[in-house]
Amino acid sequence: MPLSERPPAEILLVEDTLTDAKLIAEAFERGPIVSHLSIVENGVEAMRFLRGLGKYAGVPRANLILLDLNMPLKDGYEVLAEIKADEDLKSIPVIVLTSSPAESDVARAYDLKANCYIPKPGGFDELRQLVVEIESFWFSTATLPPRPPPV
Amino acid sequence: MRITDTRPVEILLVEDSPSDAELALEALREAKVRNHLSHVEDGVEAMRFVRRQGEYAQAPRPDLILLDLNLPRKDGREVLSEIKADEELRSIPVVVLTTSRAEQEVLRTYKLQANCYITKPVDFEQFLQLVRSLESFWLYVVTLPGLAPGLPVEPGSQPSASQGRMNGMRRV
Repeated sequence: MPLSERPPAEILLVEDTLTDAKLIAEAFERGPIVSHLSIVENGVEAMRFLRGLGKYAGVPRANLILLDLNMPLKDGYEVLAEIKADEDLKSIPVIVLTSSPAESDVARAYDLKANCYIPKPGGFDELRQLVVEIESFWFSTATLPPRPPPV
Repeated sequence: MRITDTRPVEILLVEDSPSDAELALEALREAKVRNHLSHVEDGVEAMRFVRRQGEYAQAPRPDLILLDLNLPRKDGREVLSEIKADEELRSIPVVVLTTSRAEQEVLRTYKLQANCYITKPVDFEQFLQLVRSLESFWLYVVTLPGLAPGLPVEPGSQPSASQGRMNGMRRV
């Protein structure tokens, strides 16, 4: 199915740095597919969102999660581990998108079952290109899992 | 995007269809990222390869596994489960590349912690495009665990300047 005919993609961005979040949001707005990006700024909110708790009751389920690793309150590794341990949530692809370049972080992320690890690009143009790559791959080439049932 | 000038990416293709394997090989041969493709044709050989048993004692550790689900001798779903249950092997990204697009199959595969699921198109050209897209994303955009910057080259691995196939596969 061509990208343009698919239903809107629901993407959850877990990102604590406001400037990064804004840039990523803008990049998605200009991306090739109709997408709805939800942004939470820490791991606790991420889990509440994914579980449809409190103010997140009734939110559409995420097709894809972009996760920064270094965040306050509940760090990205914890979030990743929780998502991949949850029977309802574990099937959602998690892209770790982080500026931490250390090889131990890469290994740890994959060990915790991140679907893939992508270093955050420096500039906005690179970011836009990255969004194109992510959307093209995950919403056209790959077959996404059916979304978990609503809470 | 970063250009890597480290060793070629080691890819293990687990695929019983000779034509699909040939297609993947051709497409990856043209890839912008240097890679070396090893190929096995069933699930038993796949596990022996990743565990470096027998004739695979010197086999390179895959940086990425392309796995068909429908395999002789040992099913791809079992291979996936075993790899993801193994502490030594579970961090290797497994991209399932298979014919089924049944929702329950896709869901089950992601739940087994496949890193990605791709349905093989029937059309030759589309398949080629797909492998190119796969290569672009997994070899170029993504940082694979074996190839993070700063990692030493694994002892025993042989950097090769060209794509090639591993000997030792058996026709089933």
